[in-house]
Amino acid sequence: MNRPLLAIRNVRKTFGSYVALDGVSLDVMAGEVVCLIGASGSGKTTLLRCVNQLARIDGGGIWLDGALLGMRERAGTLHRLSEAEIARQRLKTGMVFQRFNLFPHKTVLENIIEGPVQVQKRAPAEAREQAMALLARVGMAEKAASYPAQLSGGQQQRAAIARALAMAPMLMLFDEPTSALDPELVGEVLAVMRELAASGMTMLVVTHELGFAREVADHIVYMDRGTVVEAGPPSQLLLAPREARTRAFLSAVIA
Amino acid sequence: MSRQAAHPPSLAEGFPDLSAMPIARQAHWGRILSAGAILAVLAGLIHAFATGQIAWKIVAQFLTVPVILHGIADTVIMAVLAMALGILLGTIVAIMRLSPNPVLSSVAAFYTWLFRGTPLILQLLLWFNLALVFPVIGIPGLWTGRAVDIMTPFLSALLGLGINQGAYTSEVIRAGLLSVDAGQYEAAQAIGMGRMRALRRIILPQAMRVVIPPLGNEFIGMIKSTSLASVIQYPEVLHSAENIYYANSRVIELLLVAGFWYLLVVTLLTPLQMMLERAYARGTVRPAR
Ligand SMILES: Nc1ncnc2c1ncn2[C@@H]1O[C@H](COP(=O)(O)OP(=O)(O)OP(=O)(O)O)[C@@H](O)[C@H]1O
Ligand SMILES: [Mg+2]
Repeated sequence: MNRPLLAIRNVRKTFGSYVALDGVSLDVMAGEVVCLIGASGSGKTTLLRCVNQLARIDGGGIWLDGALLGMRERAGTLHRLSEAEIARQRLKTGMVFQRFNLFPHKTVLENIIEGPVQVQKRAPAEAREQAMALLARVGMAEKAASYPAQLSGGQQQRAAIARALAMAPMLMLFDEPTSALDPELVGEVLAVMRELAASGMTMLVVTHELGFAREVADHIVYMDRGTVVEAGPPSQLLLAPREARTRAFLSAVIA
Repeated sequence: MSRQAAHPPSLAEGFPDLSAMPIARQAHWGRILSAGAILAVLAGLIHAFATGQIAWKIVAQFLTVPVILHGIADTVIMAVLAMALGILLGTIVAIMRLSPNPVLSSVAAFYTWLFRGTPLILQLLLWFNLALVFPVIGIPGLWTGRAVDIMTPFLSALLGLGINQGAYTSEVIRAGLLSVDAGQYEAAQAIGMGRMRALRRIILPQAMRVVIPPLGNEFIGMIKSTSLASVIQYPEVLHSAENIYYANSRVIELLLVAGFWYLLVVTLLTPLQMMLERAYARGTVRPAR
């Protein structure tokens, strides 16, 4: 069997005495799209933040492309990596936030070239050229000079996707990318994500859009109270869930 | 088909169409009365000052004498340098204060507590009299000097005013940093930025918008605080005015001269602040109406 691009093993995350992730394990193969579903507070966002190391795990391990994230093993003990080493590991993942989080004091183009130029030290002209290609890909080429406040939510989210893609990540993380959008704007963002999935990008997507998950996901993972309850291909998980908790969640969401 | 159905739904009777009737201008009696009262008070004040014991000729004469002009120049130079030092220290301390490192944040809190908690004039006197505590100061092994030679009125005033200002400015800047959405910092991290680069490129530029109006306030305060440096012989404008009236006894006239210059400098600052505000308003567009 192939090595998964992302391997999450027995990950624990606590906030004080509250256990947000309680031994989560899951694999994402290269080129796969995995959708995370689950009730509010089940730990989906926390899991994504741990993969991107915006949150520090308290136990277990996460491997991306074979490399252990955030820690190094030395003589049978784990040592946390430095801020700089963690920042370097983060370059392998791109993150798209629920609330877009574009930089409001920069134009769309400046948002996209910020990482390539400031962090990856690429030549500005080349970064700009690549950014324009990405903007064309998400249908935003004519908005390159606009500020985020001048854009609709759907346009902001497409720009945010382009910003993440500009760092050429091997894994894209999406945290409910459409849930802050007006209903009529959801489609344009999902269309961009569909195209991205079709191009072979590996994606881990937290979503409430079950239609999108059924159509695009290779696997769907259902989480509840910080644990993975059930995982499987969409046809199985959505249509013939094995666990009673999954059935209860799905009937509540669909009803 | 009935006649009724061909018409739009009918409106109730008894409400005439007012659209052609002009609307009369309102008479603002309250405004007219209060304006009259204030004009009367102003006229009284002007009359009082014009006929009071003030030799306006002397005010005009000393307004532009070289000592006063040097004084106001020294006031502005000191205010600008001390404010620059204050902003530099304030930014560093604000960042330290928000650092996850408890040592850094405690040191920052201690600094703010110490320099906000004691009178500025006391701090100025301490800096000026540093030689009483440390006769010789310097960097061990590299360079040393006699404190009396080093702590000139200029350096004492700069350190006293700047370090004190830093304590206040750090709180203004900390408020600005806290006003930036936490998601901005996470987005910066997500594209691989470290803490310092995220602060410099993403967080501080956004904090500036919030910080400029109160900093403008602080700067105006600083211009006036420089007058305290007259107690340590720094030749700012109030000190110059004092020196003149010790000689010619025209106390009120010279105080008015100094007051005029303070007002003028503060007035010139307002358009400067507006320009800065506009520069940092990038990307904040109000939706079109
Ligand atoms: N910084 C934090 N401090 C304390 N508790 C937290 C923190 N972040 C998350 N939690 C808690 O951890 C649990 C999981 O939160 P998480 O945001 O991962 O849920 P979620 O599945 O993404 O929910 P939603 O669908 O509402 O976004 C919640 O109970 C939440 O209150
Ligand atoms: Mg969430």
